[in-house]
Amino acid sequence: MLKRLVTSREILLVGAIVLLLMLISSRFPGFIAPANLANVFNDTSPLILLAIGQMIVILTKCIDLSVAANLALTGMVVSMVNVAAPGLPIVFILVIAIGLGTLLGMINGILVWKLAIPPIVVTLGTMTIFRGIIFVISDGKWVNSHEMSPAFKAFPRADILGLPVLGWIAILAVIIFSVVMTRTTLGRAFYAAGGNPHAATYAGINVGKTQFWAFTISGALAGLTGYLWVSRFAVSYVDIAGGFELDVVAACVIGGVSIMGGIGTVAGALLGALFLGIIKNALPVVDISPFWQLAISGGAIIVAVALNAQANREKGRIILKRAEQAS
Amino acid sequence: MLKQSDTIMPSERATAEPAVLALSGITKTFPGVKALSEVSLNLIPGKVTALIGENGAGKSTVVKILTGIYQPDGGDILVNGVPTAFPVPQAAADNGVTAIHQETVLFDELSVAENIFLGHAPRGAFGLIDRKAMTRKAGEILDGIGAGIDPGHKLRDLGIANKHLVAIARALSIDARVVIMDEPTAALSHKEIEELYELVESLRAQGKAILFISHKFDEIFRIADNYTVFRDGQLIGDGAVSDVTEADLVKMMVGRDVSQIFPKRTPDPGDEVLKVAGYSHPTEFEDIGFTLRRGEILGFYGLVGAGRSEFMQALFGITRPSAGTVEVAGTPVQIRSAADAVGNGIVYVPEDRGRQGAILDLPIFQNVTLPSLGRISGKGFLKLAEEFRLAREYTERLDLRAASLDTHVGNLSGGNQQKVVIAKWLATRPKVIILDEPTKGVDIGSKAAVHEFTAELAAQGLAVIMVSSEIPEVLGMSDRVIVMREGRMVAELAGDDLQPETLVRHAAGI
Repeated sequence: MLKRLVTSREILLVGAIVLLLMLISSRFPGFIAPANLANVFNDTSPLILLAIGQMIVILTKCIDLSVAANLALTGMVVSMVNVAAPGLPIVFILVIAIGLGTLLGMINGILVWKLAIPPIVVTLGTMTIFRGIIFVISDGKWVNSHEMSPAFKAFPRADILGLPVLGWIAILAVIIFSVVMTRTTLGRAFYAAGGNPHAATYAGINVGKTQFWAFTISGALAGLTGYLWVSRFAVSYVDIAGGFELDVVAACVIGGVSIMGGIGTVAGALLGALFLGIIKNALPVVDISPFWQLAISGGAIIVAVALNAQANREKGRIILKRAEQAS
Repeated sequence: MLKQSDTIMPSERATAEPAVLALSGITKTFPGVKALSEVSLNLIPGKVTALIGENGAGKSTVVKILTGIYQPDGGDILVNGVPTAFPVPQAAADNGVTAIHQETVLFDELSVAENIFLGHAPRGAFGLIDRKAMTRKAGEILDGIGAGIDPGHKLRDLGIANKHLVAIARALSIDARVVIMDEPTAALSHKEIEELYELVESLRAQGKAILFISHKFDEIFRIADNYTVFRDGQLIGDGAVSDVTEADLVKMMVGRDVSQIFPKRTPDPGDEVLKVAGYSHPTEFEDIGFTLRRGEILGFYGLVGAGRSEFMQALFGITRPSAGTVEVAGTPVQIRSAADAVGNGIVYVPEDRGRQGAILDLPIFQNVTLPSLGRISGKGFLKLAEEFRLAREYTERLDLRAASLDTHVGNLSGGNQQKVVIAKWLATRPKVIILDEPTKGVDIGSKAAVHEFTAELAAQGLAVIMVSSEIPEVLGMSDRVIVMREGRMVAELAGDDLQPETLVRHAAGI
């Protein structure tokens, strides 16, 4: 029954997105043209990538507030590498970005696992440290478009079947992590460790280590997004993606990920991110002040959490025999 | 075997004194369980009444009714003879009823004075709390009970005994007429217990009516004036302590028919599968050693807090012992984690199934296969078909009735959740299964099913360790019983020694 409820929650979100698109197209029909939708999807891809990582972290009863700072630091490092060695093939840039992001995620994971520091404290700390390091290595200077090599800037924009590589990477991540979450022992461990850490321990799962892997994945995705972000916007500086971690958490919450851990899907994270992405892209074209965007996103979060709480409330015990048969 | 009739007859009431608080014909039913059946209890000013009974006899339910946490389904609560309802805990407090719980319910981060006066602090100008008056009054009350505690200290800095004193001071500050003490000595040292006795005597001298819940016969005879014995939610006897002996009370507590309802077994112990020697922990248990054979059921009996579950958790690798060895089927093994224990064929079905057993947000099949994931996966990828086959095999074996294995465990009834947890452990194909209080909180019908199933496991060659606080269950199921008291093994009983009185005597140390 609950599964049906969860599924219907995701269907509900699809419905909400369709409704939103219809509403927007009634004011501005061009918005739902395929080319524009591809554009919106591409624009939302960084949020999707980070939301997948964040979803896994939240699943294990943790939170990762350092993702945007990780993204910015990795972005700055790869930009500076590109400036120093313009001929370095993009595949190496990708390896550096993912590798550095993974390392930064592992630092969070180790602190949570081995020192048992609350995740919100750890990642608040590393968030500030990462931003500080960007300032130190860049002297607060920008890396501008004309300093980056053409290949560096071209990769995420390359068009394949009408969708840029950036969008394809998001699709690939959705597919890979859907498999990881549903078909691997690690994916199962994420759900178990967050759903009931005591029971997971009794079943022989190392809860701290599982949380470590969640932070590692979140860091790897943030690192990858770091490169994609600076090359797409063709600029890198200390404050890029400032405050973006809150959008990421919001996307998860709207996507039905329980902040208490144990409940959440890749599809939910994807839909939550798309919902926010559509609002962000649509408001300017339908003549609503972008300042309303914050209020509307906030409203969506509260509605989503209220729906979640409602779903949890209905999750009563089935004591009557006939109810159990029906379930 | 005891017969019902040879126990002491209930009450020719010991005294004609009026009760300040009384229960009359109280009944309380939970789904599937009758917790209390027409029980009565009289609390008399200036008297200490001991409430005695096995675990599950209904003592806690009575406390919760007296303090307004539960509402009775039938019967009356009488305050000075007048029927009164306690719809909320505050109503009980307003009538001068206060309870001091086993684990004190106080606030660590507040000061002693704030704890004592929380909710009824003296007010000064503008209705603000008058801290000076509060500290002074708290000091007076603490001095009155001979407790040298600084009212300005944070509660967290105090030991458990002093926390009890604060709880008692709080009771005095609201001018309690009835003080309920729920196993107050369970966590105290001998010296602290002596101090508590003195305090109880001073409360009695002040004319408070005291309900003292205890398992320890020595303290009942030391400080109680009256006794009330419950068994299975029924009043078995009450009267003056001076009129009875320990043996009488033990008889009343356990006297019932223990045969029949348990499955007939013909124990046929095979090879030795488990040998534990010298297992010790710095604070929880010491020098536990025993052997266990295939097909055997070994009972662990003791009072709550005797260290049985703590020992089992160490044996299962959740906590680390400080000394001791384990052999599984003759081979010495090191158990450092739950994964090690499962790998060596030892599994543990914990007492607190909500917290430690099932993962309510996951479907049945994922719960069942959780400790066996290594076996149904290759290179980290799950083989879903095998997973379903494994889950189906073991849920069918337990006759688990659910529409689909996709059903989330949170949506199942308690009995079925229990089956999921047991199926989960059986799926690991264990050699030794530890069942910790397997029928706690389970209704009568399901209890019989659990017993039958346990017997079946043993018949199939599994070695079973059953921790239970229910005497009939321990006696009805076990081939041998180890009794623990205060972290030590005090007896290993078999055959004709398996008598209710013997168990209680060893467990209580009399």
